Amino acid sequence: MNDTLFKYLIQLGDNSLILGHRLSELCGHGPILEVDMALTNIALDLMGQARNYYQYAAEIEGKGRTEDDLAMLRDAREYRNCLLVEQANEDFAYTITRQFFFDAFHLPLMEAMKGSNDERLSAIAHKSYKEVSYHYRYSSEWMKRLGDGTEESHSRIQDAVDDLWMYIGELCEVSDVDQAAIDAGLGVDLNAIRQTVEQNIKEVLKEATIQIPEISFKQSGGKSGIHTEQLGFILAELQWMQRAYPNMEW
Amino acid sequence: MTITKDYIYELLEQVPDPEVPVLSILDLGIVRDVVFNDELVEVIITPTYTGCPAMDMISVNIKALLQENGIESKITLVLSPAWTTDWLTEAGKRKLKEYGIAPPVAKTTDKLSLTGEAKLVSCPICDSNDTQMISQFGSTACKSLYKCNDCLEPFDYFKCH
Repeated sequence: MNDTLFKYLIQLGDNSLILGHRLSELCGHGPILEVDMALTNIALDLMGQARNYYQYAAEIEGKGRTEDDLAMLRDAREYRNCLLVEQANEDFAYTITRQFFFDAFHLPLMEAMKGSNDERLSAIAHKSYKEVSYHYRYSSEWMKRLGDGTEESHSRIQDAVDDLWMYIGELCEVSDVDQAAIDAGLGVDLNAIRQTVEQNIKEVLKEATIQIPEISFKQSGGKSGIHTEQLGFILAELQWMQRAYPNMEW
Repeated sequence: MTITKDYIYELLEQVPDPEVPVLSILDLGIVRDVVFNDELVEVIITPTYTGCPAMDMISVNIKALLQENGIESKITLVLSPAWTTDWLTEAGKRKLKEYGIAPPVAKTTDKLSLTGEAKLVSCPICDSNDTQMISQFGSTACKSLYKCNDCLEPFDYFKCH
């Protein structure tokens, strides 16, 4: 088995699965109908992407595990998503800010991954890039609308930016898995996209009249399996059915 | 009788898109190829959207229809090159409009979707160009929600992808 590729796929898949799960929690609870539909549409795209990664990972692992096993039956330490995506929905400002930070990273990531020397990974990137460009447009428009909106919306989005800021440093952190994937020519060199990510974030925040926080402190650990307490709650909801009734199906 | 590729395509024309049933999967442009293996007919299709739940159903429907006609088949999903709305056939676009869904207006090569500039989408009901987007995301992954400022009808727009 190509261990590097497997771990890289898990890292990518976990980001999409966990953020997709967070957004799906809002199904039927969005502040207005259009937002409800948009967030669940984005969740659906992310779930689809996660399936692509997990299906591929399960195939190359060749141990008989399926995409469902990979999504549902691992423990917290085995998840490799970044900390940002597991943060709670809180209010709409939080949900949108979390989405915007991730999209600002996800878009250049998919753009660069099109150039992967792994044909299937490149195909997934081509497909996902189109979807993510919609996500990015959606979340950045909301950042501007809320930031440059009323006093209330401005202060809420500023609070969300301040609170989530410490999680964005991890996005472009090069983990051992990333480094191995870069060396093998299949993964994206995160140092090469860092500038674009930062620029995406700064430009939109500026237009949204949001102050860039002066925080240099960075939270990380998700990529090596050390998560915030949030992930445990997510997995409890995601997995309890399979844990309580192993192998049950619809 | 010998089963030809044309015959298979004729049958595939009868498989509708579960979300937009006026369109056949051929109109949608998701059938890549039909290949004859030893005893199986392999139908190669490509997903429209990664998470589109209709894809599983389409695969099942193709298999069932071919089976009814005595043909055993295998459905293969390929991702590359990625599906684009440019592959919607002209007939498909016409059927969409008649169904009340505005067909995609631009080629996907135009970057408007990234810069956020609006495109001109005409109302499928009264043909007015005075329309506005209500929501980028609609009832399914492939559609946005629009409203016509002239006839005041809301409508779906099949977005460029």
